[in-house]
Amino acid sequence: MPKKTYRQAINEALRQEMERDPRVILMGEDVAGGMGSPGEDDAWGGPLGVTKGLMPRFGRERVLDTPISESAFIGAAVGAAATGLRPVAELMFVDFFGVCFDQIFNQAAKFRYMFGGKAVTPVVIRTMYGAGFRAASQHSQCLYPIFTHIPGLKVALPSNAYEAKGLLIQAIRDDDPVIFFEHKAMYDEEAEVPDEPYAIPFGEANVTREGDDVTVIAMGRMVNFANQVADKLAKEKIGVTVVDIRTTSPLDRETILETAAETGRVVVVDESHPRCSMATDIAALVAQERFADLKAPVKMVTAPHAPVPFSPALEDLYIPSPAKIEAAVREVLAFQG
Amino acid sequence: MQLSRDQLLHAYRQMRTIRAFEDRVHEEFSAGNIPGFVHLYAGEEASAVGFCMHLEDRDHIASTHRGHGHCIAKGCDVGAMMAEIFGKKEGLCGGKGGSMHIADLEKGMMGANGIVGGGPPLICGAALTAKTLGTGGVAIAFVGDGGSNQGTTLESYNLAKVWNLPAIFVIEDNGYAESTASSWSVAGSQVGRAAGFGMPGYEVDGHDFFAVHAVAREVIERARNGGGPSLVHVKFARYYGHFEGDAMTYRGKDEVPRLMAERDCIDLFRRRVTEAALLEPSELDAIDREVAELIDRATAEAKAAPMPSEADLLTDVYVSYH
Repeated sequence: MPKKTYRQAINEALRQEMERDPRVILMGEDVAGGMGSPGEDDAWGGPLGVTKGLMPRFGRERVLDTPISESAFIGAAVGAAATGLRPVAELMFVDFFGVCFDQIFNQAAKFRYMFGGKAVTPVVIRTMYGAGFRAASQHSQCLYPIFTHIPGLKVALPSNAYEAKGLLIQAIRDDDPVIFFEHKAMYDEEAEVPDEPYAIPFGEANVTREGDDVTVIAMGRMVNFANQVADKLAKEKIGVTVVDIRTTSPLDRETILETAAETGRVVVVDESHPRCSMATDIAALVAQERFADLKAPVKMVTAPHAPVPFSPALEDLYIPSPAKIEAAVREVLAFQG
Repeated sequence: MQLSRDQLLHAYRQMRTIRAFEDRVHEEFSAGNIPGFVHLYAGEEASAVGFCMHLEDRDHIASTHRGHGHCIAKGCDVGAMMAEIFGKKEGLCGGKGGSMHIADLEKGMMGANGIVGGGPPLICGAALTAKTLGTGGVAIAFVGDGGSNQGTTLESYNLAKVWNLPAIFVIEDNGYAESTASSWSVAGSQVGRAAGFGMPGYEVDGHDFFAVHAVAREVIERARNGGGPSLVHVKFARYYGHFEGDAMTYRGKDEVPRLMAERDCIDLFRRRVTEAALLEPSELDAIDREVAELIDRATAEAKAAPMPSEADLLTDVYVSYH
């Protein structure tokens, strides 16, 4: 099977869905780039080149560069979705949601409910998240718990290139608003990705490692860190199950609870801040539903309750690392009730 | 262009329906029969009707918290609207939206909106859909004078112009954003703002149905023909408070009675068409009676209709959630 990067997989998903359905359009800042400039067309293809090549293929009518004006164009994507298109809008960095959140959480998320089930708003908002780029406090956040909190939104976090293609195709075909989180540190990471289109259903977690001793529940980039830890500990005959939840909304409660109960020792790894996070959400779920099966308190590995720092020396400390995950696994393993 | 007899009768019926609807909601709210809070459009009817008379189902509008008039003018069912305002299962939105969220996408009504300035970006999207799919449709955002100061509105002017969208921004300036006068809160002028974005801008007397109707025709035709967005500043007044229960202490004591006596859009319409012998007073009286019966029936049915039940609480959060 061909190997492709996370970037290539996303680009391929967009291209194949645009070929399949003429109602699929892209919009965002510099998604082609060079608009109104004397130099080359398609100058950027997005700030990190993810959408490169799509404008020459599909034209300016379907790949729309926008002014830096998130309130207007995210809202326009929502309005276009409610009236018959299937827009994929790019919110360049999720940190910018602050200027356009109303259009997402008060409009897109609520149309169907407020309008008595008569609205369909098939919009996808692709957005970059995550630390590790030395991009400091306003370009490095995760923030997916905020979107997960809102009824009416779906939230996907692909953990590798294979997942990215399948989850994005599902997002585009989905009739509900989807926030699609792309980790900026993963664009060059490769995985085996089929050439043909495929959709990965939402709300179905993926068990990436199986072991008998500890269950690690993770999402996004943290799945890869958890896999590294599981592979390392396997050499010590410590069996670690790793669960990639894939979507934070809907959440695959069954797989989380089953795998938690199987080992009775649970670590939740979440790159976002610790309060009101996926880590607290999943820890509470496990504690409430499987308390009798637990052999140790649920341990959370998260970023601290602090903005993302700039200095590499500090940012490296900030990010939940494989070493921190390994320490947490050993801690729950050693716990004697 | 002279309106036909049928168009004149239609315009009168629509304006009278909105007035009667709002007066009845006022009564029922005052009597404690309507939950939540409502914002009434009485006094502003010429704007909604003057614009929406040019529209078809393929055209979209977005409204504001003061949305009943736009809904009626765009063809929403009056009985289902009343039931919605009473919170009933048979309401236009199943009782889940209420006064501030009445919508009917099949009629091109994208919703009243509880967020001031929420509509203009959505309208850019509807206009983009029309342009992309080649439907020939246009999209209108009705925005209050308060909403005209929101960043979403100003950003939408820019986007609509940059993308050359078939979009129209109607600034309905009733003089007050809640209790704050637009003469104080709006810097510059609405028409000047349009010019700043390279859009044609118009100011029109919103008490004069015929003036609104003429401007509306021009801007809608421009949008339909690929000429891009326009802005219309409609100046008029509301008769009731910002919301029902607003004592309106910020307005002069004689302001509303004087407006009702001298500048009422329905009275002005009536006087003009009867003086010009375009319609007979008896025809208009007959419409008044029919509308009163319609509103009586809608209200009685809304009151008698069942409330939603627990089974409805969690439906329609998603199309599908798995």
